Amino acid sequence: MAKFFAITIVVIAIASAIPIVMHMWPMPQDISVHGPLIDEQMADTMAEAGISFLAAQFILAAFIWMFSNRSREAKIRRFPGGAMGLVIAAVLLVGTEVLALGVFGTKAWAAVYFTPPSADAMPIQVQAGQFAFYFRYPGPDGKFGTIHPDKIDEANENFFGLDLTNDPAAKDDIVAAEMAIPVNKEIHLLMHTKDLGHSFYVRELRVQQDFVPGLDLSLHFTANKIGKYEIVCTQLCGLGHYNMKAYLEVMSQDDFNTWLKQQAANQ
Amino acid sequence: MHDMSTHPAQHHHTAPTSFIRKHVFSLDHKVIGKQYYGLALIAVYIGMALSWLMRLHLGWTNLAIPGLQWLSKTGAPGGVMTPEYYLQLMTMHGTIMVFFVLTTAPFAGFGNFFLPIQVGAEDMPFPRFNMMSFWITFVAFIILMTAFFVGDGPPLSGWTAYVPLSAIGAAAGPGQGLGQILWAASIATFCIGQLLGSLNFITTTLDLRTRGMTLMRMPLTVWAWFITSCMGLTAFAVLLPACILLILDHVAGTSFFIASGLVVNGALVPHSGGSTLLWQHLFWFFGHPEVYIAIVPGVGIVSHVLITNMRRPLLSSKVLIGCMATLAFLSYVVYGHHMFVSGMNPFSGLVFSFPTLIITIPATIIVLIWIGSLYGSKIRINSASLFALGFISMFVSGGVSGFFLAQPSLDIYLHGTYFVVGHFHMVMAVAALFGIFTGTYFWFGKMFGRMMNETLGKIHFWLTFVGTYAIFMPFHYLGFAGNVRRYQAFVDDYLQPLIPVHRYITVAALVTGAAQLIFLYNLIHSRFWGPIAPENPWEATSLEWITTSPPPFDNFGGKHIEVFHDPYQYGIEGSTNDYVMQNSPEQIHTERDEK
Repeated sequence: MAKFFAITIVVIAIASAIPIVMHMWPMPQDISVHGPLIDEQMADTMAEAGISFLAAQFILAAFIWMFSNRSREAKIRRFPGGAMGLVIAAVLLVGTEVLALGVFGTKAWAAVYFTPPSADAMPIQVQAGQFAFYFRYPGPDGKFGTIHPDKIDEANENFFGLDLTNDPAAKDDIVAAEMAIPVNKEIHLLMHTKDLGHSFYVRELRVQQDFVPGLDLSLHFTANKIGKYEIVCTQLCGLGHYNMKAYLEVMSQDDFNTWLKQQAANQ
Repeated sequence: MHDMSTHPAQHHHTAPTSFIRKHVFSLDHKVIGKQYYGLALIAVYIGMALSWLMRLHLGWTNLAIPGLQWLSKTGAPGGVMTPEYYLQLMTMHGTIMVFFVLTTAPFAGFGNFFLPIQVGAEDMPFPRFNMMSFWITFVAFIILMTAFFVGDGPPLSGWTAYVPLSAIGAAAGPGQGLGQILWAASIATFCIGQLLGSLNFITTTLDLRTRGMTLMRMPLTVWAWFITSCMGLTAFAVLLPACILLILDHVAGTSFFIASGLVVNGALVPHSGGSTLLWQHLFWFFGHPEVYIAIVPGVGIVSHVLITNMRRPLLSSKVLIGCMATLAFLSYVVYGHHMFVSGMNPFSGLVFSFPTLIITIPATIIVLIWIGSLYGSKIRINSASLFALGFISMFVSGGVSGFFLAQPSLDIYLHGTYFVVGHFHMVMAVAALFGIFTGTYFWFGKMFGRMMNETLGKIHFWLTFVGTYAIFMPFHYLGFAGNVRRYQAFVDDYLQPLIPVHRYITVAALVTGAAQLIFLYNLIHSRFWGPIAPENPWEATSLEWITTSPPPFDNFGGKHIEVFHDPYQYGIEGSTNDYVMQNSPEQIHTERDEK
């Protein structure tokens, strides 16, 4: 049975690796400027994790094979180098590996979080609430009107609680149920939640960030490929969480200008 | 810490005579250990049934599950699970499994039974606190179960109960009123039980060791339980106030966790000034040590059983103890890796990621010590050793996905996906379960006086080992594809092509779940009709094997035990057996002794 167990471990290890190696359910193509750093980090980690995984399982299997069913007179042998050898190997090899991953990974993290948005990044506000995303563009005055939670009225499509009578900044705000952005233009996404925790996730953009009640957070990114992508909520927010999504359309600048004009006309 | 060369001052409570005192409100650590194990056994089958319901729904969203409407008329009209009921079942699945199975069986179950025996004590120093700890835990379980049957059912906020979803009450969704309060009350009660239990474990280890039992002569299981109880004392002490604050936000109008200006269900929430992230810091400060509380006893049990079945000690027990202690210590400074995209300061994200990566080192050393000890050993294959070896494989598989999640830049993509679910199920749930199975097959004879059936045990092992890989490996692929977790159905464009994978997983889960019924049958059948257990069926060396199966009321029949060397004297040259009992005064090769 020991030998069969060893073979089973090897088969399972190889079977586990196959879908990865054959890209059976791959990450979608990256469409962001900061994405390649993340994807490179992911590939490096996959290589190191994959080698560690396979090596550990194969050696475990090998030792189970070799050291079962030995006779009662067989001698116990000590692993060369003993415990100290393994400790040193682990500290040096694993230590170097994880520090390298940590140090190089800082660059990818910093690209998203430690660099401020550039001065001409286009501001868009996204509001999350059970169970939909709404997007707001500041309009020609470049200013967002104030949000008044007590004025939120979904029936009348006042999703952001704007005071359209008295607030000049709010009058030209453009509110939409989907997000459109021009390609190759940096976006400064201002994130606001109406009610509780949600999250903004676009796989292709390699962005994910929670909305936090009471905190106004922001993200910035630049999309470099035209197309239609899904924004999904990844922070459990209630019974409609699975259905909380919106579309992100990345368009040429001209198409975006047309889209924005149409949205303004529909306000 | 003193070695008890003088006779330890212990309670000498007399043997109980009434049924209630013997089997219900017992002061005997062995009975308490079995009660905890029994509670975990009931909990695990409930938790598993919940997972079947979840998996059926995920594969076939509109499936009518016959009988489900009797559990909840509103949650499953005609047997078809509503979206909210999926989340409610999911919340209960996680809560029951993490608290009432993974924290209870390996630690409170086996620890209560064997820690005093393995250090040569008659019982724990505070038997009444010990009895209370079990019954408080039992009450916590009952409180949690009532959530199924009151109001609009259990909470739907997940075992993590993030605020403000879990704090603002019924307006947030079904189960979020009374259900959430019952959840918080149950967990707070559970914390109290664990604190009392941890107190006993620590004091037994430090003060009740028998003559000759120095700290370095304690079995690795005792070290594991001791380290776990130190974590328990500090981690549960944080979760308890967190749950109380949550209850206060519900019932006392406080706003610990609720910010101002929130509009839920069309109405302004009448709270202000609270912090969403405060809950996450409190919860994960508990939550990360908690996962080590779940796994460290398994590390101890697997080490203990492997040594017996390899017929040689580990390359270094001291290194293994050091690694368990390092894991425990580091577990407090890594918790923010659950919060990389939470809105916490991104610099904190980097700060938390470094110790998270570093914690790989002691975990790797543990695996290398095990694998290195297998080299040149004489492995015996039986149900216990199969599960112990399977633990190593599973721990490696689950641990390796941690490389990815420890890095905040990769967590941007993988957070909230099935990759995370695959990681924690493999490294914590399945591995800890393997630890529980290892302990059960190894110690059942000692605990109940009859041996488990080996053939059924091996069948159980094969189906479970292959089955759990079949279930949880694909979770990682789903995660790479961006499959979001905690969704009751997959309606997004990119998720629909993944539904066949989910259906395959459901089938694997049902088959593997069915295999666990073989284990249950084996337990029950062996309990009453299994072959009588000898005193030392495994030719093992630690103190539990010098007494009868099961042990008498005071563990050693009034004998004063003296210990002469470390607990893993196997492969001894020149001895008639290949092992020497820990209490044997036989002169042996002393180089192996670690003082």
